[in-house]
Amino acid sequence: MIYEVFRQERKGQPFAHAGSVEAPNDEYAEWYAREQFGRRGESVALWFVRRDAVHEIDEFIDELERNYHRVDGYPLKEKLKEARERAGTAPPADR
Amino acid sequence: MSEREQLLLPIADDELILGWRNSEWTGIAPFLEEDVAFSSIAQNEIGHARALYQLVAEELGTTADELAFDRKPEEYRCSQFVELRVVPDWARTIARQVLYEEADEKRIKALMESDDERVGGLAAKIDREEAYHRMHAQMWHERLQHEPRYAEALEELRPLVDQRDGHVPEFEQLWNEMTEVRRSVAGATW
Repeated sequence: MIYEVFRQERKGQPFAHAGSVEAPNDEYAEWYAREQFGRRGESVALWFVRRDAVHEIDEFIDELERNYHRVDGYPLKEKLKEARERAGTAPPADR
Repeated sequence: MSEREQLLLPIADDELILGWRNSEWTGIAPFLEEDVAFSSIAQNEIGHARALYQLVAEELGTTADELAFDRKPEEYRCSQFVELRVVPDWARTIARQVLYEEADEKRIKALMESDDERVGGLAAKIDREEAYHRMHAQMWHERLQHEPRYAEALEELRPLVDQRDGHVPEFEQLWNEMTEVRRSVAGATW
């Protein structure tokens, strides 16, 4: 069975996918996850979960291209430039 | 012979030789995850040997390296049990590991009670790592316990656990490989 392993690098940080291990059951998976992702002090905590227990979503329908839903929906750079030109002010110097 | 030497040298030799034997599985263990796990156990064992040699060496005015690699084969006090070369037989490997962890737990727990504070302290540290080795051995024991080959291996090896009367024939070759670097490069350290 394949188990997906997630690790937390420091307390309070989000868990990130570390990799996967193959193991016959949870007990072995715990051991192998610990050995692969925890023995060098690189993690403060690990999550391990059977891959088939993970629900996956991989389709994102956007037939009408409603790009205003997306964070990249409104490119500000151009608009800002135009506004500055209208106002006759130069962009601020690099900080 | 000092008390530390008497007490710790056989344990250090056991850990060194078993670590060496277990490392023979590196790259050829039954599957990749176990390869990493078993190699890590082998490394831990050699680490335990080093720490134990260190304590003895301080008392004898020598070094861990000299104790580990500069003695003659007949001076090693490990049991014949750890000297056996068991690759590529996984059933015998696990049988040995299970029997070893069982015996080792008793003597490490006894060392934790030592009046020698440094010995007791080191034993407690070793025990915390050994707890994981014992989990690993137990896990495999549960998985293999109904396999005839594994049961046979347990029967075969059990009487040898504390057999310290001389060495098995294959120890000679192991000693040769293990001490080769020190014998050819003066002052090489691990």
